[in-house]
Amino acid sequence: MTFFFEVLINGLLMGIMYSLVALGFALIYKASDVFNMAQGAMSLLAGLALVGFLEMSFPLWLALLCTVGIMIILAYSTVFFVLKPLVNRPPLMLFMATFGIMYLLEGIGQSIWGTDAKGLNIGIPEISFEIRGILMNTFDLTFAGVAALLVASLVWFFQKTRTGRALRAVSDDHEAALSVGIPLLKAWAVTWVIAGIVATVAGVAWGSRLGVQFSLGYIAFKALPVLIIGGIDSIPGAIIAGLIVGAGETLAEVFIGPYVGGGIQTFFPYLIALLVLYFKPYGLFGKEIIERV
Amino acid sequence: MFYRECGNFKDNYASDMAIFPIPLDRYGFIVMLILALIVIPLTATDYWISSIMIPFYCFALSAFGLNILAGYAGQISIGHAAFMAVGAYASLILYGRYGIPLLPSILGGGIVSAAVGTFFGLPALRIKGFYLAISTLASQFIIQWVIVHWRWVSGGVFGTVEAPDMQIFGWALDTPVRKYYLVLCIMILLITFGKNLVRGQLGRNWMAIRDIDYAAEIIGVNLYRDKLIAFAVSTFYAGIAGSLITFCYYGAANIEEFHVMVSFALIGMIIIGGLGTILGSFLGAGFFVLLPIAINQSLGAFMDVVPSDILSNIEAIIFGGLIVLFLIVEPYGMARLWHTIKDKMRLWPFPY
Repeated sequence: MTFFFEVLINGLLMGIMYSLVALGFALIYKASDVFNMAQGAMSLLAGLALVGFLEMSFPLWLALLCTVGIMIILAYSTVFFVLKPLVNRPPLMLFMATFGIMYLLEGIGQSIWGTDAKGLNIGIPEISFEIRGILMNTFDLTFAGVAALLVASLVWFFQKTRTGRALRAVSDDHEAALSVGIPLLKAWAVTWVIAGIVATVAGVAWGSRLGVQFSLGYIAFKALPVLIIGGIDSIPGAIIAGLIVGAGETLAEVFIGPYVGGGIQTFFPYLIALLVLYFKPYGLFGKEIIERV
Repeated sequence: MFYRECGNFKDNYASDMAIFPIPLDRYGFIVMLILALIVIPLTATDYWISSIMIPFYCFALSAFGLNILAGYAGQISIGHAAFMAVGAYASLILYGRYGIPLLPSILGGGIVSAAVGTFFGLPALRIKGFYLAISTLASQFIIQWVIVHWRWVSGGVFGTVEAPDMQIFGWALDTPVRKYYLVLCIMILLITFGKNLVRGQLGRNWMAIRDIDYAAEIIGVNLYRDKLIAFAVSTFYAGIAGSLITFCYYGAANIEEFHVMVSFALIGMIIIGGLGTILGSFLGAGFFVLLPIAINQSLGAFMDVVPSDILSNIEAIIFGGLIVLFLIVEPYGMARLWHTIKDKMRLWPFPY
């Protein structure tokens, strides 16, 4: 039983990491109806930039600040050079555009900072310890804390601040938001900045776990089932679904995996997603689109 | 001056239903056919035929299959590379292990792929939009996993099955030109079939579903049946394309060749090329197959030795930049450009 809980808790901690990536998708989808394929590449870029700045022997806080600066530049240039000319196009076109951005980011990031896999160490100790026989380590717990803090501050930002209210208005109805004087492009830019910051946190978390390398962009594929389980446009959905997926896939890998040859982590989240979508076609917390004739 | 509908009086049903009602289109098409059937095999080098034209045709066929699903029926699938893999493995096993003749094997690959595709199309009955797109990604990962882990299929951990030598009626297909003809003939056959499919009742049903699905249901389109048929036909094409590209280009079925990025590239092809057009499938496939090679060659002209990592980065940058640029300049794809040109030609030289 202890083993079960150990696996479960590790899975949940893993799930928080998935939530971080899914959160970026959800934020952008909610605000601008864009399904941002470049979210994984944004994490990769952030990771690469951070490693790059650390290698130039910047102190950690300055490196983080510079990385966030890059993400802000990225957000503004995406919105004004790519999304602005594509306003009012079908969602599929915007999706494709972000696909192009993904290639761009991977190419640019790797030509500036190199293609080698790099270790990222930001000085969080990785000490394993036991609580009631359950093995945990400080690194995972720290990131769980950071993620919780991030989500709490996002909730606060969206509920309490003026900008947050404007963003919620935009995500509810673009035209109504425009008509009460909310600058749409600015709102999108702010959303992309927030998504960029979330991507940075995800990039740091995954980068220090797996090393900063090309395949970091692929964590997006882990986040996609998380996204549809929670509902594409739901922030709490992303968190809860992340936990479900993390726990589910780790438990499946440990307890079912040995019987079928292992490696079922790659698709198990999608199975959960299909199951959930069968009962709730818009995810657990997604906005249901009601069509009337 | 020459591109005119007027003066072409249709006095029988055959000419009314012609695929190319305008003579100039018809001549242009015949010229293209001659080019593909006679000029290219005679003049092009082996390199051009075997590593550019064959993959180009195969990807065009696969992109056309996806176009049926996404462009005509409006259901996005991000798992098409996996269906290509299913077709590839199925036809290799049929041909290599059971000794079934080549053409039935390729057909069998398509049919197996269609069966699997119909199964993975089942979620489309209930969900749509991006939710559907992501649940089709499930097919990509599940099929990859099954192929790698089911030893009977892949014959081992690496998931590689060698393609045996090909023969049709005892006639060996060993030179690039012969393989080229095999691919070309099957492609022309299937595209003709597909073109007529999308012009007919079924194609119109699909387009109705794509435009407004509940309205289509009200006017009597059987939504579920037609969506599933769209999945079946589309994955049939993917399976045939997969088996052709494996037989004639890769030489061995390897799961790495049907990676998820290939699925995304296929989506890219039909969007850049033009959704819901046949020309678009070809233009898009050309963009995605030829452009990396062109970039590669032209960079090679500037530098003697290009380090491979820099090359792949520059390739990614140019490629991504062009995708974005194309979407901004011509959001409905390259096929729309051709339409604009045609409209201009219709009025030329008297625009008013």
